[in-house]
Amino acid sequence: MISIPVEHGLLLATILFCLGLLGVLVRRNIIFVLMSMEIMFNAVGLAFISGGSRWHQADGQIMFMLVLTLAAAEVAVGLALVLQLYKRFKTVDIDIVSEMKG
Amino acid sequence: MSFELILFYTASAAALFATVMTITRLNAAHALLYLIASLLAVAVLFYLMGAPFAAGLEVIIYAGAIMVLFVFVIMMLNMGQQTVEQERQWLSLGIWIGPSIICLILLAEVVTLLVNDERIAGARIVSPKMVGALLYGPYLLAVELASMLLLAGLVGAYHLARPLNESHLHENDEKADEE
Repeated sequence: MISIPVEHGLLLATILFCLGLLGVLVRRNIIFVLMSMEIMFNAVGLAFISGGSRWHQADGQIMFMLVLTLAAAEVAVGLALVLQLYKRFKTVDIDIVSEMKG
Repeated sequence: MSFELILFYTASAAALFATVMTITRLNAAHALLYLIASLLAVAVLFYLMGAPFAAGLEVIIYAGAIMVLFVFVIMMLNMGQQTVEQERQWLSLGIWIGPSIICLILLAEVVTLLVNDERIAGARIVSPKMVGALLYGPYLLAVELASMLLLAGLVGAYHLARPLNESHLHENDEKADEE
């Protein structure tokens, strides 16, 4: 019985995280930015599960559940912010909101 | 190459493809379909890695609850007269094909896994029982903190999404003027 090599799981998690990061950096639609953040959270969860599977410990899954909680709270607040943004500026382009700086 | 490695690489390829499609779509609804397919692929990966509980949570909470929030917001942002036409265009037949193929591949993997259940090593699985024992033992404080975080998220989302009160806005403007 060959188990799944942990390196490949971590490699996949890294690639997924980088794709999410690319999405955050490249996309200017705030809904896509939030989706890309979900991808990044998910990649982190995959890395935790991968490690937990390697050492046969439940800690990885517990960290995954905490990441899940964080993602749920983040997306609730983030989407509420999107609604406010749309109400005030009639757009979902985050560059418009750059006037908030300073 | 062993049986479950093939399943692993297939699910990995599905996850990567769906993620790339997610961040390159122009339409948010299309991207969401691919994102759900990507999350389902990662859930299959969790199952293959011996974490069935995490796989279930991934499907129920991520692909279920969190993605529904996204759907709600995307629908709420398009409250024009042309909404019906737009939705018909969003959900036209061609759009379903990509995510459906990914989901069918994943379904085939899950069926294969369930049929060949004894070949997936029982010793490697981290059971929900182990997770629960650890969660309400050494990690009890983390559970409490997570509940606090969810409460803060709930209050914050409620506060931010409340309807704009025009008189309140004017009050703020007047105060700013006075200052």
